[in-house]
Amino acid sequence: MPQVATPSTVDAESANDPVLNRKPENRVWKKFRAHRSAMLGGILVTFFVAVALLAPVLPIPDPTATDWAAVRQAPSAAHPFGTDEIGRDVLSRMIWGAQASLLAGVISVLIAVLLGVPLGIAAGYFGGWTDAVISRCTEALLAAPFLILAIALAAFLGPSLSNAMIAIGISATPLFVRLTRGQVLSVAAEDYVDSARAIGLPTRKILARYILPNILPPILVQATLTIATAIIAEASLSFLGLGQQPPAPSWGSMLNTAKNFLNQAPWMALWPGIAIFLVVLGFNLLGDGLRDALDPREQ
Amino acid sequence: MLSFILRRLIIAIPTIILISIFVFALQKLLPGDPVLAMAGEERDPATIEYLREKYRLNDPIPIQYLTWVGNALRGDLGISLRTNQPVLELIGQKLPVTIQLAAMAMIFALAIGIPAGIVSAIRKGTIVDYVANVVALSGLSIPNFWLGIMLILLVSVKWQLLPASGYVPFDEDPLRSIQVMIMPAFVLGTALAATLMRHTRSAMLSVLTSDYVRTARAKGLSERRVILKHAFRNALTPIVTLSALLFGELIAGAVLTEQIFTVPGFGKLIVDAVFNRDYAVVQGIVLVTAVGFIAMNLLADIAYVLLNPRLRKQ
Repeated sequence: MPQVATPSTVDAESANDPVLNRKPENRVWKKFRAHRSAMLGGILVTFFVAVALLAPVLPIPDPTATDWAAVRQAPSAAHPFGTDEIGRDVLSRMIWGAQASLLAGVISVLIAVLLGVPLGIAAGYFGGWTDAVISRCTEALLAAPFLILAIALAAFLGPSLSNAMIAIGISATPLFVRLTRGQVLSVAAEDYVDSARAIGLPTRKILARYILPNILPPILVQATLTIATAIIAEASLSFLGLGQQPPAPSWGSMLNTAKNFLNQAPWMALWPGIAIFLVVLGFNLLGDGLRDALDPREQ
Repeated sequence: MLSFILRRLIIAIPTIILISIFVFALQKLLPGDPVLAMAGEERDPATIEYLREKYRLNDPIPIQYLTWVGNALRGDLGISLRTNQPVLELIGQKLPVTIQLAAMAMIFALAIGIPAGIVSAIRKGTIVDYVANVVALSGLSIPNFWLGIMLILLVSVKWQLLPASGYVPFDEDPLRSIQVMIMPAFVLGTALAATLMRHTRSAMLSVLTSDYVRTARAKGLSERRVILKHAFRNALTPIVTLSALLFGELIAGAVLTEQIFTVPGFGKLIVDAVFNRDYAVVQGIVLVTAVGFIAMNLLADIAYVLLNPRLRKQ
C-alpha cells in the first residue's frame, strides 16, 4: 500500500485563503456533529463495538455452557434475555455474537477494500488493457447477485465464519473497484495531477500524494455502508448454516434455531433480530452522515 | 434503435464468457477430490477411474472448461447428484414459483415505494418526509428473514390468520395460492419498497426544481397534474434503470424468504443444493441468475432509451 497523505497536505494552499481558513477536518467534524442521525449511528456503532470488545471481561455465563435444568426459560433475573433450547444464556450468546457479527462486517469489507481499491486505481489510472480486463471482470462479478455469489463461494469453500468473511469480501470487491475507478478517473483529470506529472513526479508518488487522499472520502463512505450490508450478509449466511458453526454463537445462527421454537420460546427469535437491526441501522446512519459531512458541496 | 440493441448485446458477450469462467472455476475451489466422494466408502480404483473418465476429469483444465461451456450452450448444465434430473429442468420447475413470489413482492414494493417516494419529495423537510425516511432506512436495516420470522410469530402462531409455510400452484387454486404467498411476498417486497422509495424521492426532488415543472405551474395547471403528468413521468426514467438492480435484490431476497416460509422455489433449490453438495445445481443457478441479470440490464437500458425521447431520436 502506498503511504497515505493526510488531507491537510492536499489542502495546504487553502490554509492561506481567508474564506477557507478552516481546517477541513474541523469542518467535517462540525458538520458531522450537527447531523443528529449520524451521531445516533455513531452511538449505536460505538455501543456494539464496546460490547463486542468487552465480551471476555463482562460478568456473563459461558455462551456455550448448557444447562438442562433451564431449557427455554423466559427472560428472568437470572437470564435477562431468557435461555435457549439447550439452556444456554441468550444474553451471553448475544454479546459474543456481537463479536462474530462485527468481525465479519469489518474483515470482509477490509478484504473488499484491500482488493478493490488497488484494482480500481490500476484500472482508472493506467487505462488501456489494464482497465479493460479489470472492468470486464468487475462487470461479470457484479452480474451475480451479491448474496447468491456469497452463498456459492461459501458453499464451495466450505461452511465456516472465516470462509463466510472471504466469500462476502470477494462478493463486495467489485463495488469498490468500480467506485475507485470512477473516482480516479475524475481526480486524474485535475490540473494539479497534470502539473505533478509535468514536474516529473514518479507515478508512485502521484498516486500516494494526490490521487489516494482525494479518492478516500467516498471510499470511506462506501466502506461504512458496506459494513452494514456485510453484517446482514453474514447473518444471512449463518442463518442458512453457511457461516459461524455451532456451538459458537452468532446472531444469524441463533435465528435459525429460534425459528423452530417460535411457539415455545419467542424471545429466542426477538433479540438477535433487534441486535442485527440496530447495528446495521447504526452503520447505515453513520455512512449517510459521513457522506453529507465529507461532501464539500453540501452546506 | 436496432443498432443500439445489437451493440449492447455484443458488449454483453465478454461479460457472459467471464461469468462462465468464474462459475466453472468455482468447482476447482472444492477441497478434496469430488470423485473420491462420489466413489463411496470402498474407493474402488476401477470405479474412481471410471468416474474420472465419465466426468472427463483427466482432460486438461481448459479442455474441461470448453466441454462444460459447450454443454451449457446446448442447455446441458449437468445432472443433479441428488435427484438425477437435468439441472436446467430442475431450475425450470422451480422458476415459476419464484416468479410468482417475485411478481407479488414487486406489487407490494411498487404500491408502497413509489407513492411514499413521491409524497416525501413533495413534502420535503416536513414530518411526513422525515417519517418516510426513517421507515425506509429501517426497512433497509431490518434483515428480511427476521421480519419473516416475526410475521410468522404474529400472523400464523398468535393470530392464526395465514399459514406459516407451504405452496399451492397458481393454476391449481389461484385464490389459495395468493393467500399462501402473501406473507412471503410482503416480506420480500418491503425491502425493495425501501430502495424504491429512496430512489423515487431523489429522482422526484431533482425533477421538481426543473424549469418545465415551473412552467407547468406558471401555466396554471393543477398541482396534481403537474406532479403526475410532468414531474413523475420524467422521474420515472432513472427509476426504470433501477429495475435491473431490483432484480438482483429480488433473487437474493427470495433465497432467504423461501427458506423461512418453505416455499419450494429457486432460492430454496440453491440452499438445498448447497447442503446436499449438489454442486452442478449451485453452478447452474449462479450461471442462470447472472445471465438473467444481464438480460434485465439490457432491457432496462432499452426501456431507458424508449422512455427518453431525446435519446430515442439519436
